[in-house]
Amino acid sequence: MSGHSNWPEWIYVAVVIALMAWVGAEAWETERLIEHVPEDAKIIIVTGQQWFWTFEHEDGTKEIGELHVEVGKAYKFEVISKDVNHSFNIHDYVVLMDAIPGRVNTVWFAPDKVGEHDIQCREYCGLIHYNMRGTLYVTEPSS
Amino acid sequence: MTLELQKPRPIWQIMFSTHHTDVGLLYLITSLTFLFLGGSLALGIRAELFLPGSQIIADSMTFNRIFTVHGTTLIFLFIIPFASAVGNYYVPIMVRYKDMAYPKLNAIAFWMIPPAGVLIWLGFADFTWYATPPYSIISAPGPAADMWIFGLKILGVSSVLGALNFVVTILKCKHPDMSIGQIPLLAWSFLSSSLIIIVAIPTFAAALLMLLTDRLGVSGFFNPAMGGDPIAYAHLFWFTFHPEVYVLVIPAIGMMYEIIPRFSRKPIYSYNSGVFAFVMLAIVGFSSWAHHMYATGMSFTEKTVFMVGTLAAVPASAMHVFNFVATMWNARIRFSTPMMWAVGGIALFFSAGAGGVVNSAMPLDFTTHDTYWVVGHFHLFVMGTIAFGSIGYLYYMFPYVTGRMYNETLGKIHFVLSFIGTVLVFFTQHVLGLYGMPRRIYDYPPIPEWIAMNQIASIGAMIIGISMAIFLANMIYSAGKGKPADTDDPFGLGGRYYYPFEAKNPSH
Repeated sequence: MSGHSNWPEWIYVAVVIALMAWVGAEAWETERLIEHVPEDAKIIIVTGQQWFWTFEHEDGTKEIGELHVEVGKAYKFEVISKDVNHSFNIHDYVVLMDAIPGRVNTVWFAPDKVGEHDIQCREYCGLIHYNMRGTLYVTEPSS
Repeated sequence: MTLELQKPRPIWQIMFSTHHTDVGLLYLITSLTFLFLGGSLALGIRAELFLPGSQIIADSMTFNRIFTVHGTTLIFLFIIPFASAVGNYYVPIMVRYKDMAYPKLNAIAFWMIPPAGVLIWLGFADFTWYATPPYSIISAPGPAADMWIFGLKILGVSSVLGALNFVVTILKCKHPDMSIGQIPLLAWSFLSSSLIIIVAIPTFAAALLMLLTDRLGVSGFFNPAMGGDPIAYAHLFWFTFHPEVYVLVIPAIGMMYEIIPRFSRKPIYSYNSGVFAFVMLAIVGFSSWAHHMYATGMSFTEKTVFMVGTLAAVPASAMHVFNFVATMWNARIRFSTPMMWAVGGIALFFSAGAGGVVNSAMPLDFTTHDTYWVVGHFHLFVMGTIAFGSIGYLYYMFPYVTGRMYNETLGKIHFVLSFIGTVLVFFTQHVLGLYGMPRRIYDYPPIPEWIAMNQIASIGAMIIGISMAIFLANMIYSAGKGKPADTDDPFGLGGRYYYPFEAKNPSH
């Protein structure tokens, strides 16, 4: 159109495409690895409802607003909801999964340090969404 | 030459006019009114979040209503009508036609906006601009929610009517001597965004009807208690509203394509790549909608597909940035107010895009999703890119609309304050997101980092508020009492411009 050569733009576009391909490939590889749930992971059923979290361990014990897990073990969360959409989040361990009524979504983690972490809801769920919080306690193995 | 606005004429003559510049003026005034209304709500939100605990907003319900109406207002009642205002003023003269293709339809499309705005503002719904079921079906209080649904319904029809009009005007009414490859890039941007609207909006229109009947209890499309699936709504919503993002941003980029070559006193670096990038964005924009839904429990394959679709839009956006920078390279740039806004907008567009790449990468999205990172990210688009381009264009068209010049110093102060404010608010919100603060929360625990970041963001918001007050005063005063502009070359750049006022006073 304007008569000048356009090669700088093509090089630039090629660089951008290469960068995006690299980002995509890295993301694909990482996601593939972290979606692989260890076979010995213990199942915890996480129920979101307006406006608190309930946790049910494999042995049937239930906790409300608090979750106790042991360091070094893998846990698989089965996230469900009783009313509206919520999103189960332990930000420090990058655990994030929507709780959607009618669905069971899974996500897993393996805490590697003893400590306390915040649990929160990250999907808008109404009046007390801002305070739909809990605490994760990572403790030493009991036995 | 007498400008239309300087002739005394009764207001009903403008209101009942179907001439494209009159409809454009109506769009302009309406959109700016809603800019200030929606912006004041943002100041309320930021004041509330300045410290943990309740500050100026009494309860979370009010807070939730405020951010819902803030988002709805600025997207649907400021950004889209503002683009329509610019399109109405400029597209017909750019394709050298006497008016829009369907002038009456054009006026009807405009007159659907005020009632929709009234419904949204009188209702003041609380279910966010996303209106997620099942919350919006079983929990959101009526009649606010129903008024919001009807308001959006009307706005959707208005958008489709406006888009049809632009497409027909550009494709069918352009001067026979002009080929499609000769229409200016601003007109190309309206062609691309209008085509997106026509393809995308009907999906959400259907979803809204389903949402309404679900609320009435006569259907259960999205209600799990009646066998429905809320994820279906998410797909329908984002199938419309991810492309809609491009509907918002493409006209703003088109406006920059008008401003930047003119103030660089050079032709655009590559017209063809600008057209190519617009068309690419319009197509690729449809391949990425479910990147909003990584955390809803999608399979690995689905996530991968939508990540690739999202990343595919990056080169096209990057081509626009390249085009702007290459045009400004070695140019004799005159940094008048419109040029400052356009250049600032590009800088923020680049930052917003870079942040977007992070969101689209699957594992990283689980850190940023539904946190303040996302709030900062899309505000860099809607405020940093779209509002900056739009406000720059408003300064640019001001002399043609009013026949007077705005105050240049105040315009520059407005830009500098707004730019500083935007960086303070939205860059900080990215960091806040990395600290894990969820979005849409009325109150937050007293974590020191969260408090500090929120306070910086709130101060930035107040700076933007001050700059917008200066803007309002400048516009009102200059429209009535400003220096008369040299309407042939108001910015002293040489050459001929597009003159909207000639549409009513043809000189040749």
